[in-house]
Amino acid sequence: MNTEPKLLDVQHVTVEFHTGNIFSGTRMVAVNDISFSLERDKPEIYTLAGESGSGKTTLSRLLLRDLDPTTGNVFFEGRNLATIRKRSDFKEFMKKVQPVFQNPFETFSPLRHVDTYLFETAINFGMAPNQRAAAPIVDEALHNVGLSLDEVAKRYPHELSGGQIQRVSVARALIPHPRLILADEPVSMVDASLRMEIVNLFRKLRDEQQVSVIYVTHDLATAYYISDRIAIMLRGYVVESGPVEAVLDNPLHPYSQLLKASIPKPQPTEKAAWAAHIDLGATEVKEYGRVGCKFAGRCPHVMDICRKADPPDVQVEQRTVKCYLYG
Amino acid sequence: MPLLSVQNLSAYYQTEVYGVSRTVRAVDGVSFELYPNEIYGVAGESSCGKTTLIKVISGSIKPPLKAHAGSVNFQFGAYEIDMLKISQAELRENIRWKEISYVMQGSMSVLNPVRKVIKTFEDIVDSHQPITNKKLFLAETQAHINRLGLTDDVLDAYPHQLSGGMRQRVAIALATVFHPSLIIADEPTTALDVVVQRGVLQTIKEIQAESGNTVLLVTHDIAVHANVADRLMIMYAGRIAEEAPTENIFAAPLHPYTQHLVSSLPVIGERSTKASLKGAPPNLANPPAGCRFHPRCPLAIDICRTDVPEMLQVAARHRVACHLVKDGSQ
Repeated sequence: MNTEPKLLDVQHVTVEFHTGNIFSGTRMVAVNDISFSLERDKPEIYTLAGESGSGKTTLSRLLLRDLDPTTGNVFFEGRNLATIRKRSDFKEFMKKVQPVFQNPFETFSPLRHVDTYLFETAINFGMAPNQRAAAPIVDEALHNVGLSLDEVAKRYPHELSGGQIQRVSVARALIPHPRLILADEPVSMVDASLRMEIVNLFRKLRDEQQVSVIYVTHDLATAYYISDRIAIMLRGYVVESGPVEAVLDNPLHPYSQLLKASIPKPQPTEKAAWAAHIDLGATEVKEYGRVGCKFAGRCPHVMDICRKADPPDVQVEQRTVKCYLYG
Repeated sequence: MPLLSVQNLSAYYQTEVYGVSRTVRAVDGVSFELYPNEIYGVAGESSCGKTTLIKVISGSIKPPLKAHAGSVNFQFGAYEIDMLKISQAELRENIRWKEISYVMQGSMSVLNPVRKVIKTFEDIVDSHQPITNKKLFLAETQAHINRLGLTDDVLDAYPHQLSGGMRQRVAIALATVFHPSLIIADEPTTALDVVVQRGVLQTIKEIQAESGNTVLLVTHDIAVHANVADRLMIMYAGRIAEEAPTENIFAAPLHPYTQHLVSSLPVIGERSTKASLKGAPPNLANPPAGCRFHPRCPLAIDICRTDVPEMLQVAARHRVACHLVKDGSQ
């Protein structure tokens, strides 16, 4: 029996939000009974994909311990995140799990030099006692992302390109030598000609620095390009998860199929399939409140049972599909 | 006969602060034509001049933006206008919304958050064509939005009650109330996810096919252009790099920048390493001499560093600005 704790172990987490007052109001389940885990000594890129309002961001806030689950537990290296109470413990946790955010121009204040953030991170995490001692650490982190301290020293965010500043943001996350990086839509604000540079960087971090990455995105094409495993989310549920090739080459859940078919292919010769008419979902609130499968209203294979109870998780080869079609 | 003819247009942002003057050459020597009944795509990265181009075309030229040279001429049937000379009053009364309308990126900021959607329709319609019969107006508006696949209850909702895709379709409905000749769509689906994006773009295509007007679709996402645009212009640093029917751009791109854009896109089913271009787009306040792409171009030769490449007509509807194409090595 392997008793070695996993790097990250998410066990049946659910997050509910309550809107309204204590007497009346509605309950919204933003994350619904989600479980997955990352191995300790096998670094990988795990993608959480889904449309806006699918619960991706709520789930990533849980993993950063910005939010506590309503039920369920998240373990990082064997420790339950809910038991982290002391500031020093939280700092230890933050050293190992670092975020990279969507818009690099909002991550950094326009009025400060970007390198000050790097020095502060190094000093706050106790990597160096002062600025002078921190310089080599900062420089090393910048080298890992293909920049150097000379290039970013005394520069304001607007003096760097979108790709450069997003790399600085990744370098900042690398300073405390994290085990896990949580990247929330890291390329959606970066220009097309610079996007691949960030995406390739995550690959390099996994292969050379042994850092695992949780890549939160709605861009399935880049997800396919870099990730090892993928979980497709819809209205709080993971509807399909497994190795990225299996899931995206041949999606099983009707929602994953729709999602894949909706990605515009950069090939005008294939535009006929994309132009097939689709029905858009009802308002978000309506789909969240639906009993049974959340996709039932739009699903071409809908059956009576889909509207009555939540579909079970079905194991099909290496992947898990939440659908009655395979039950 | 072209609907819009832009000749050699240059539009600069000129500022002077404490005696230091700065000129940002956002659009530099751009010429192109739009014809009735087509979807024309404009692709390019952020700060390549896409939005400035739209501003000039739609007549929203306010300092520090100044049209430096060139002409922008519209031909709406028998009604001809010169956009650079037209008065604000005429623009407001006869052109905006009636002949040229605009679909913006954030539909949340188009719709008033504290008023129902129908009230926004009322405001817009009333300011162009005073409403005399409210019942008739309501019936017409309902018929209009039904055509776009929206139901009547949308009119009675507040913007926050609608999903992003619905709101964007309401914005499209607003832009098409007067059946304009030209619809400018500036990044209409950038904030939306792929399924909703597909639905919204389908709506735009359907309207275009039905009314036979012109859509100017501006987005950085070239996969969207592949599926929607009839013709495509690739802009780089304020200039046109290449313009051709969409099929030609993807099948046989000639400009090295276009070639990179087309080949660097990740596709499902393929995991080989894709390279990214070195460097970053230039600062338009101080653009490089010669071809503005030369510092990043893997194929640059000496002449690229000194001479601005001229626009070459390589085929009937295919134009490209590159020295390598001229000397035949591309």
